[in-house]
Amino acid sequence: MEAVSTISIWLMPCLIGFVLIYATFKKVATYEEFVEGGKEGFSIAVSIIPYLVGMLVAITVFRASGAMGFLISSIQPFLTAIGVPSEIVPLALIRPISGTGALAMTSDLIGTHGADSFIGRLASTMQGSTDTTLYILTVYFGAVGIKKMGDALKVGLLADLVGIISAIIVVTLVFGS
Amino acid sequence: MVNLIWVFMFVFGIVYAAINGTMEEVNKVLFKSAQEAVTISLGLISILVFWLGLMNIAKKAGLLDKLTGLFKPIVRRLFPDVPPDHPAMGYILSNMVANLFGLGNAATPMGIKAMEQMKKLNEDRDEVSRSMITFLAINTSSLTIIPTTVIAIRMNYGSVSPTDIVGTTLIATACSTVAAVLIDRYFHRRRMQKRRH
Repeated sequence: MEAVSTISIWLMPCLIGFVLIYATFKKVATYEEFVEGGKEGFSIAVSIIPYLVGMLVAITVFRASGAMGFLISSIQPFLTAIGVPSEIVPLALIRPISGTGALAMTSDLIGTHGADSFIGRLASTMQGSTDTTLYILTVYFGAVGIKKMGDALKVGLLADLVGIISAIIVVTLVFGS
Repeated sequence: MVNLIWVFMFVFGIVYAAINGTMEEVNKVLFKSAQEAVTISLGLISILVFWLGLMNIAKKAGLLDKLTGLFKPIVRRLFPDVPPDHPAMGYILSNMVANLFGLGNAATPMGIKAMEQMKKLNEDRDEVSRSMITFLAINTSSLTIIPTTVIAIRMNYGSVSPTDIVGTTLIATACSTVAAVLIDRYFHRRRMQKRRH
């Protein structure tokens, strides 16, 4: 454990140091190129705003109204019937939609069931093995100004489904229930 | 599809709130979430400026080309539409490497640069290209080797072995990434067939 946290603390500064030393040896005008490259950061962030506002407000209305909870609890019996632990269903459904929601839910599951319980481990694996698909698509497409996501959303969500199913299978095989 | 999902979340939420008397909650979060979205976007400025600046140095020093050279055989197959020496490759790879090492906030600016280059390859049309879908599919399936956030949460809740989920996470991630690539290929083939008919 010590090693892992040490590595993640050292990684970022070492990477920065490496790039700067390497560039200096290659005679790059480091500071000037940094400023030049960083310039567009502001405009990119600003161009993401409308996309993120649109998406986040919709998700929040959906969640705060209780509609999301209702939908989840109506799907729950089917998923429980095919062997998905019922405690994990809400997390599995929220993971691709809301990053903060999923994180809160994972902490909650770990807190209630214990970090080393089956549910705790399953929640941890699920949280770590997939990403917030909707957020990633919104930010990346927003940054370059593409409104139509095409097949990207379908592909992303289907891959999430596979990720969630494999998390359940792998954790069951490794840690048992 | 985005339009439908988007409208569905709003309309279903509002109708549900009307029936179940949660309209007050909806009202409360409506503009709070809009503000949150702006805060998140503006919060990206600092990491975007920093990492785009550093990326520019790395690019000028030839580090991105080095990275591309190293992984050429793999990415060439993943992104057949991107010419192997195109700058997009360097950005795609640096995004993947940053993701692998859990440098989430460095990965985003690199990914955005990759998207920019892929848009240029697509003659600046505001449509998705094949390589963009592949790139995002891989990104959304998460590539992290060490899920640091989860480990931190597990430590907070007094886990005896906070890292024992690294293995299971790795396998699940691998499954979803492979699935993402395969599903992406399937949809690509379907689009091609549609175009032919």
